[in-house]
Amino acid sequence: MTVVFDRPKALLDVPTHYCPGCTHGVIHRLVAEVIDELGILDKTIGVAPVGCSVLAYDYFACDMYEAAHGRAPAVATGIKRAVPDSVVFTYQGDGDLAAIGTAEIVHAAARGEKITTIFVNNAIYGMTGGQMAPTTLPGQVTETSPYGRDVKTAGYPIRVSEMISTLDGAVYVERVSVDSVPNIIKAKKAIKKAFEIQLQGLGFSLVEVLSICPTNWGLSPNESVKWLRDNMIPYYPLGVKKDATTGEVK
Amino acid sequence: MADKVLMKGNEAIGEAAIHAGCQCFFGYPITPQTEVAAYMSRRMPKVGRVFLQAESEVAAINMVYGAAGAGVRVMTSSSSPGISLKAEGISYIAGAELPCVIINIVRGGPGLGGIQPAQSDYFQATKGGGHGDYRLVVFAPASVQEMVDLVQDAFDVADKYRNPVMVMGDGMLGQMMEPVEFKERPKKELPEKTWAANGLKGREKHNIINSLFLKPEELEAHNNKLQEKYREIEKNEVRYELYNCDEEMDLVIVSYGTLSRICKNAIKMLKKEGINVGLIRPITLWPYPVEAFDKVIDKTKNGFISVEMSCGQMLEDVQLAVNGRKPVHFYGRSGGMVPTPAEIANKIKGIVGGAK
Repeated sequence: MTVVFDRPKALLDVPTHYCPGCTHGVIHRLVAEVIDELGILDKTIGVAPVGCSVLAYDYFACDMYEAAHGRAPAVATGIKRAVPDSVVFTYQGDGDLAAIGTAEIVHAAARGEKITTIFVNNAIYGMTGGQMAPTTLPGQVTETSPYGRDVKTAGYPIRVSEMISTLDGAVYVERVSVDSVPNIIKAKKAIKKAFEIQLQGLGFSLVEVLSICPTNWGLSPNESVKWLRDNMIPYYPLGVKKDATTGEVK
Repeated sequence: MADKVLMKGNEAIGEAAIHAGCQCFFGYPITPQTEVAAYMSRRMPKVGRVFLQAESEVAAINMVYGAAGAGVRVMTSSSSPGISLKAEGISYIAGAELPCVIINIVRGGPGLGGIQPAQSDYFQATKGGGHGDYRLVVFAPASVQEMVDLVQDAFDVADKYRNPVMVMGDGMLGQMMEPVEFKERPKKELPEKTWAANGLKGREKHNIINSLFLKPEELEAHNNKLQEKYREIEKNEVRYELYNCDEEMDLVIVSYGTLSRICKNAIKMLKKEGINVGLIRPITLWPYPVEAFDKVIDKTKNGFISVEMSCGQMLEDVQLAVNGRKPVHFYGRSGGMVPTPAEIANKIKGIVGGAK
């Protein structure tokens, strides 16, 4: 009998706490498959954030850290500098990375830290119950923007990938989405490339993954996928934002 | 015996850390400790180790968390407002039980305060600073030589207990030059860091560096374990100096750090006037040397005086140690004002009633 589908070794055989329909599970799996395919489980160290993926340290089979809110890139910097032959990744949400942790992510990228950041953008604070995030779209209703995000008082969403791609230390930056099978396949390719950039010692790599939050968006998983396509992708265009290995900058 | 060299306090801190096997230093400029970072930026690459200037104190302490979790010896240094920024990370480090050394070259506060020497971070260092039930071991050297010795000891104590250790000096100690010697140190037997998250490398189960315990019973069990460790530290690691405490005394000064040296001069001045004053110099601010008070309490006529460059912070620990058995007085200056020996002597004469 041929096994055609199995749990990646880099994921532990444990139930996760994610809500039904949440795409964190898909993204975890993609990271784990990449770790398996590159054969780097033995030297990979992951850093979980504060947010919905706070417990990711219980799900990945590699050595793991739980960082303070927003500080994962600084923690990852400390690990990578202390153990230069390790492969270090941070897994962060949009509240963690794009609000409280902006200084840490910008400077890790600017220094060209040889780490990989998986940035999960679902346009909302999930764990605390659906408050406005720095990535919440104009007009989007959340618990703390009950009349819709008013750009006159709450400002505009941050396009993290575009911002990071302006930094010389950032070698590879791509925005992907997990709303469809073709996009999931592209997302995995991007994540793999980001890890390869690190393995080659080239510098900082970041993959922004557009993700859904059915629970806090108040939509079914299917409606959520449609909402992502109709609203998020136009504001957050997919694709490679920077690839210094080919000289591509968008 | 090793040769003596003349070194500035802040630079001696850096060299002591290198001697202790510090592999990584993460810092951020702030007066009056910037020379620590500057020294490390020169020396660390020369000995094949890591120096990194972080984007903030917040980032620096989280880099410490990362490196300490990977099992290497790591240090950061800052001064008062910077330590406030590090407080979040220090709490996580204490919660995750990671060994590291944190230097605080204290300046006057609150707020941006000033840049002159002070001791006004005593509460922050010994009573918390960050959130939660945790303790730092706090060393308070009084000379550059003692700074060198204690910084090296700090790495051992941190590793022994898996606990952050703070070495607290003031701007005076950081800036002054004194001859120092880097003594041969016997190799300490320290526990292996089997908990370090530095890559599986064949290990079966992954290691997790973490301070999150969502189940209340688990968090309480974790806290109880920390408390047991702190009791063990209190039993083993108390350090203090007793100066001129052998005879009957009119009063006992309690003072630490560079200020204790000024107090010793005041004691010498008073001796000429027939007033006999002793000194308890806490070397560990936590664990606090309560036993030192028990040793001298029956020999002091007028009790104790806490002499500080702060507004009565250590005073509370003195009162707790004395526990109402004798009077406790206070003399303090703040804001970067350093008391003179004459000033301290006059205050003491006011308490003990002039020349005998």
